[in-house]
Amino acid sequence: MKEASSQEIMTVTAARLLRDGTVCFVGIGIPSMAANLARLTHAPNVVLIYESGTIGAKPSVLPLSIGDGELAETADTVVSTPEIFTHWLQSGRVEVGFLGAAQVDKFANLNSTVIGSYDSPKVRLPGAGGAPEIAALAKETLIIIEHDKRKLVDRVDFVTSAGYFRGGNERSDAGLSGGPSAVITDLVVLEPDSVSKELVVTKIHAGVTKEQVRDSTGWEIRFANNLSQTESPSEEELVTLRDLIRRTKEARRKLS
Amino acid sequence: MAPKITDLKSAIQSFIEPGMQVAIEGFTHLIPFAAAQEIIRQGMTGLTLIRLTPDVIYDQMIGMGCANKLIFSWGGNPGVGSLHRLRDAVENGWPNSLELDERSHAAMCVAYTAGASGLPFGALRGFVGSDLPGHNPSIRFLDCPFTKDKLAVTSAIQPDVAIIHAQQADRQGNVMLWGIVGVQKDIALAAKRVVVTVEEVVDEFAVKSNVTVLPSWTVDAICEVPGGASPSYAHDYYQRDNAAYTEWNEISRSREKFLEWMEYHVLETKSFGEFRERIVS
Repeated sequence: MKEASSQEIMTVTAARLLRDGTVCFVGIGIPSMAANLARLTHAPNVVLIYESGTIGAKPSVLPLSIGDGELAETADTVVSTPEIFTHWLQSGRVEVGFLGAAQVDKFANLNSTVIGSYDSPKVRLPGAGGAPEIAALAKETLIIIEHDKRKLVDRVDFVTSAGYFRGGNERSDAGLSGGPSAVITDLVVLEPDSVSKELVVTKIHAGVTKEQVRDSTGWEIRFANNLSQTESPSEEELVTLRDLIRRTKEARRKLS
Repeated sequence: MAPKITDLKSAIQSFIEPGMQVAIEGFTHLIPFAAAQEIIRQGMTGLTLIRLTPDVIYDQMIGMGCANKLIFSWGGNPGVGSLHRLRDAVENGWPNSLELDERSHAAMCVAYTAGASGLPFGALRGFVGSDLPGHNPSIRFLDCPFTKDKLAVTSAIQPDVAIIHAQQADRQGNVMLWGIVGVQKDIALAAKRVVVTVEEVVDEFAVKSNVTVLPSWTVDAICEVPGGASPSYAHDYYQRDNAAYTEWNEISRSREKFLEWMEYHVLETKSFGEFRERIVS
């Protein structure tokens, strides 16, 4: 079998962090891919919630948009968008928020709004969507992002969704519980230091060097004392992931 | 009063005026493409456009100069990437500058719900630590008088007109939609006037409960426009045309190509039916 790519390692590593039976609010793209991989491997009872109002969605192929019809057809129930945010997220029913972003900083704040200044942006990004409240209200947040100096930055250009603010107790002092528990990239897994809340590398993927991680990170990255190597994807995980991607491509081709 | 069952052109002529606040809603499903394109065809300008997820159709309206303000929470081409016309307006002021009132999905939802409930604002737990409130006076904070919790509040949205697309209306003008129901009921009840395009007008609904029904007296006009949500989808009628969303990325990338496409497909056609013929050929 073909060896796992760095993107596949990232997806599998993120999927493993989702425990069976967890109620998970899923963002579109790689978070959705990882969450569905978890559902198809070790976590068959994970409950996937999409902001389009689908609760308990079990799509056979990955949705291109957050509101594809298959999400509704395979869901346990479909509610309105206001209800998903009030009765389900705000009320505290979501255990894990699974998010991506354009930028994440060393205290796990997320930017999906602008690169540059807000009033005259260099790049106007799509915007917040559901992320600020997911990041604020889920009991914990997992973040997936490709490892790149421009994406993992010292300070995000714009805080769309708060992580640990500027570190320490700032998040809890502001009245927020939860917070990001891990950032999964194609090179490493980062976790917040228990005191400073700065993201430190706790796991490094096979074949990746510390030098490479330093060069690809926008702040002076630290490595945990108990740094370990990421367990490589199993054959079952890889086969399942590749099948899922193949089915998705076929389904999209049929439609177009 | 029962809604008028009319044609789309007349409905847009009667209900939309330059400068109005218009919400054309649909959360990835049932997006009223046909109605929005008719607004472009009629050369409407100065609109405040409202929607959680402005996508390809708002990109077309913004690029054609229909809007000078956007109230929204996520402006992208789902699963594809940027909206190039929205970006060009915000980054370069082309074809005109676009004022943004930018919130989050949850905030837009409570703003619609407040609008539908006759309240001046909606409250939510949110925005603590986010930079958005610093750039948007429509998002503020309030101490709860009961618990002293710090809550975010956001001003209600009550558009002049809401436009939605549904699967069916019956002859009396009741509206039924199902599948992903999004925010359509909320925005319809928040708006002063409601225009609904439908896949078909039926003698009688097959199912009568547990699907969103807007009673006839809450709707002002109904237009039968089969395929009117395409290239988005209408559950149980047709699927999302993902290829069209992907192609839009290329069409919209340059101003010239965009204008040429709009000219040929929208401005030179008289109706959504003609538009669809040109798309297919």
